[in-house]
Amino acid sequence: MKNSRREWLLTSPSLLWLAGLVLAPLLIVFAIAFRPALPAGGIGEGWSLDAVRALVDPVYLGLLANTVAVSAVTTVLCILVALPVALAMARLAPKWRSRVLLLVIVPFWTNFVIRVFAWQQILHAQGALAEALRWTGVLGENDRLLGNFAAVVLVSVYTYLPFAILPLFAAAEKFDFHLLDAARDLGARPFRAFVSVFIPGVRQGMVTALLVVFIPMLGSYVVPDMVGGTGTQMLGNKIAQRNFNDRNLPEAAALSGALTLLVLVPFFLRRRDAEPSANPEKA
Amino acid sequence: MRPSRIPTSILWLTLVFFYLPIGFLVMNSFNSSRFAAKWGGFSLRWYERLTERADILAALGNSVRVAVVASLAAMVLGTTAALVLHRYRSRLQSVHRVLVAVPLVLPDILMGMSLLLLFVSLGVALNLVTVTVAHVTFCISYVALVVQARLQDFDFTMVEAARDLGASRFQAFRKVTLPLLAPGILAGGLLAFTLSIDDYVVTYFVKGPGADTLPTLVYSMIKKSRDLPVINALSTLMLILTFAVVALSQRLVRPVGS
Repeated sequence: MKNSRREWLLTSPSLLWLAGLVLAPLLIVFAIAFRPALPAGGIGEGWSLDAVRALVDPVYLGLLANTVAVSAVTTVLCILVALPVALAMARLAPKWRSRVLLLVIVPFWTNFVIRVFAWQQILHAQGALAEALRWTGVLGENDRLLGNFAAVVLVSVYTYLPFAILPLFAAAEKFDFHLLDAARDLGARPFRAFVSVFIPGVRQGMVTALLVVFIPMLGSYVVPDMVGGTGTQMLGNKIAQRNFNDRNLPEAAALSGALTLLVLVPFFLRRRDAEPSANPEKA
Repeated sequence: MRPSRIPTSILWLTLVFFYLPIGFLVMNSFNSSRFAAKWGGFSLRWYERLTERADILAALGNSVRVAVVASLAAMVLGTTAALVLHRYRSRLQSVHRVLVAVPLVLPDILMGMSLLLLFVSLGVALNLVTVTVAHVTFCISYVALVVQARLQDFDFTMVEAARDLGASRFQAFRKVTLPLLAPGILAGGLLAFTLSIDDYVVTYFVKGPGADTLPTLVYSMIKKSRDLPVINALSTLMLILTFAVVALSQRLVRPVGS
């Protein structure tokens, strides 16, 4: 009895804080999505389906498709780069391993807005890179490096790559590299050994990398805002626009609610997957 | 058989990719030309210009104030969260565990938007206080994560020994558990500090029309294309600060004795 009272007492500060400032706000998002919008901005009395009905607009479907496409391409590229990087890092001597690990983490600790700004300058139309590409003819006279799908993906990969490397490196560190040597001894070519031995060996790290890149990417807002164009808008941009420019909080809430559902579904699927009792024969 | 060289080459290329934009910023902060495209010779004029901008200094002050308060609060709440999550296995802790995990995966824009709607529904005025409350909320989870990792190889027999020798529960906590956990708690606090200083999205949603933090000010400078080279100078100084913090935290998380 006494023990459980102690547990409650020690748990309540963080539990109540998070319930009040994470759970309750998420529920409020869903409630406000069903409120009418006031013409002057703000939230009206009573209930209305206007904001939720507005979601079936084809514009939003295009936005949703673009959001999922950018997120998926970024996630795949991050994992494709992070897999060999994690393998190479795990094979380094321990002294070098911790140094390289630090080199991977540091850019992720430097200011996010500033890193995106750096790319904005690098990809700028009058920048050295664009001039050089124009000179070699790779880039047409009127083509731009900024404002397109590729720019958003490139800068997104830049910002999320460390998040993919860290879990894959953690998995690769536990991987038994003798298995790779054995595969090679049995005649597998390096790439074949990498695909059929290394990748299954770091499967759990890959699942984590996939989630920590894909889920935050779905809510991306700064990167498409700074290096994207009108054609590369994502759901996050629309939420900010409805909120700050149109002052239509119910519609911003409806969009956020849709995004929340999109984000939380894989999260809870993953939790069930992680429960060993629920799925004992996991292939 | 020699392992393939391709992964190692990709590793080095990736590191180049990581540091290229950072090097570009640092280089351009010394470029006397107003335009990043042209090299106009070495100059410290943007650093001089930086010292003239009182608004940047004020925003930096706001950022530091928010980050200090938020990381201290998150250190307390995150550490208690980690301790109970490590210690107890109950339904309560399963719920607690999910609540601690949600901010780690919730995209910033949803955290910002949902907190904004909470503050609006409660009629709370948006200012640096709401920014601080929002920052505490996402920092708790990161501190809990770092402290939990530290608890994994924590030797609880030390605490039992103290209790056997007559220490009260509180004495054992204060004299044994806390000092042994201190490096982990501090590392969590430093992580919280950098996350708070770095945050743009959540801050932008809950800050209201008034005071700016450094990221929100820099963002509006970029959007208005005002004083862009000054941002390079500012970034270079912030990079130096970040490297110092990273070096410091590396010393803290290094296991004792190595």
